[in-house]
Amino acid sequence: MRIGEAKKYVADKLHVSPLDLSDPTLMRQLREELDIGTVTGVPGVAKGIAAKVRIAELLDIEINCVNQFLKKTGLQRGAPAPAD
Amino acid sequence: MKILTRMGDGSNVELTRDELRAEFVQGSEAAAAKAKIPALDENEVDWLVDCFAAPTRVWGVERGHEVVMTKDGCVNALNSSRMSSGVVAPVNREVGVRLFESMLGFDSMEVSHNDYSVKPQRFLKALEQLHMELLQETTIFPLLYGFMPNLGLYYRPDGSFENPSDLLQKGDIAGARRTQEEALEACLGDCIEMSDCMVEMGADGIDYDTVASTGDAEFLAVLRCTEHVAKETGLPVEIGMAAEMVLGFHGELEYDGVRLAGLWPHEQLKLCEKAGAAIFGPVVNTNTKKTAPWNLGRALTFIKKCTEIAEIPVHANVGMGVGGVPMFETPAVDAVTRASAAMIEIGRCDGL
Repeated sequence: MRIGEAKKYVADKLHVSPLDLSDPTLMRQLREELDIGTVTGVPGVAKGIAAKVRIAELLDIEINCVNQFLKKTGLQRGAPAPAD
Repeated sequence: MKILTRMGDGSNVELTRDELRAEFVQGSEAAAAKAKIPALDENEVDWLVDCFAAPTRVWGVERGHEVVMTKDGCVNALNSSRMSSGVVAPVNREVGVRLFESMLGFDSMEVSHNDYSVKPQRFLKALEQLHMELLQETTIFPLLYGFMPNLGLYYRPDGSFENPSDLLQKGDIAGARRTQEEALEACLGDCIEMSDCMVEMGADGIDYDTVASTGDAEFLAVLRCTEHVAKETGLPVEIGMAAEMVLGFHGELEYDGVRLAGLWPHEQLKLCEKAGAAIFGPVVNTNTKKTAPWNLGRALTFIKKCTEIAEIPVHANVGMGVGGVPMFETPAVDAVTRASAAMIEIGRCDGL
């Protein structure tokens, strides 16, 4: 996928415009809202592999490390979270 | 009025606006004549002249034209020596990758060892796997595993195969070809082993860097390896080249019926696509005796042809001594930002 097409795909999934993707003010808020990780350290916000699991779901894409993580943990993509 | 710009070695040079324009045109025409491709048009040269005539220290792309960055050489710029523009920071690979993600704002990262060739990395396979596995748990951006195929290490005195340079000096052309054919099989085996072992470690892709540094035999090994990785593992492969033209050190090797010796970037791209590559990283080397505008005009002409015909993303190499950037271990920001912006706005790159 060339860059223009890729930007449009991600922007559509996030319900923003391609221009918004490189706006650090807007994206910082959106990333926190979607809980897909932030650049600075924010307690409680998804980090590392947890953020990538959420990104794979949100963008509807296969991410190899996410698939390997789910395989190792026995979790399945899209499965509901365990009850409290 | 004189415009202050750079030579290909990074030193200052002053040019009039007409001289600046002539440098871009001549650089572009040099590439066009070599590769039999179109030179830059007048509007593109106008953009470049305006960019270089501006007195600002840095330059950038229009908002919305930003592209993504892929990386080679892992964290060598942090913890390696001047050979990799490294600052010898006391930072290990795990910390370095985290810094590249959060502090330096990289879009992706390549995980690799300081000793960057596949041959030494193969002996560290378990360590390489573990670092990829651990880093995937703590970072968010895509991590590619990478190395240089560096076929040269397979020849004596570093390796076990006869050195083709020695054989060529004796006039043994058949022997020189034979040893390259044998060595490329060993290199191919190592490349496949170090690529395949990263699938279960969660690597998001594989990056082959400085491809064809030892000519057509090395390029063939990488194309065959890419074909294997793309078909058998499904992992995306980035192929970053070593130079603008594939040296015909063997001279007769072919991939899919195409002779590899003498291929220019747009021709390399088509073979990489055929092999199943996901990203192509063309390289255009800097001539230190020419000006930075001459080098950039030349580099853009090669790159623009690639992006015109590419079906996969093109991430041009824009660093020390390549892509119009002067050959100096700490290249000046005025030259680096202008070359980078031009690669996107004129070269139409998908990434750098």
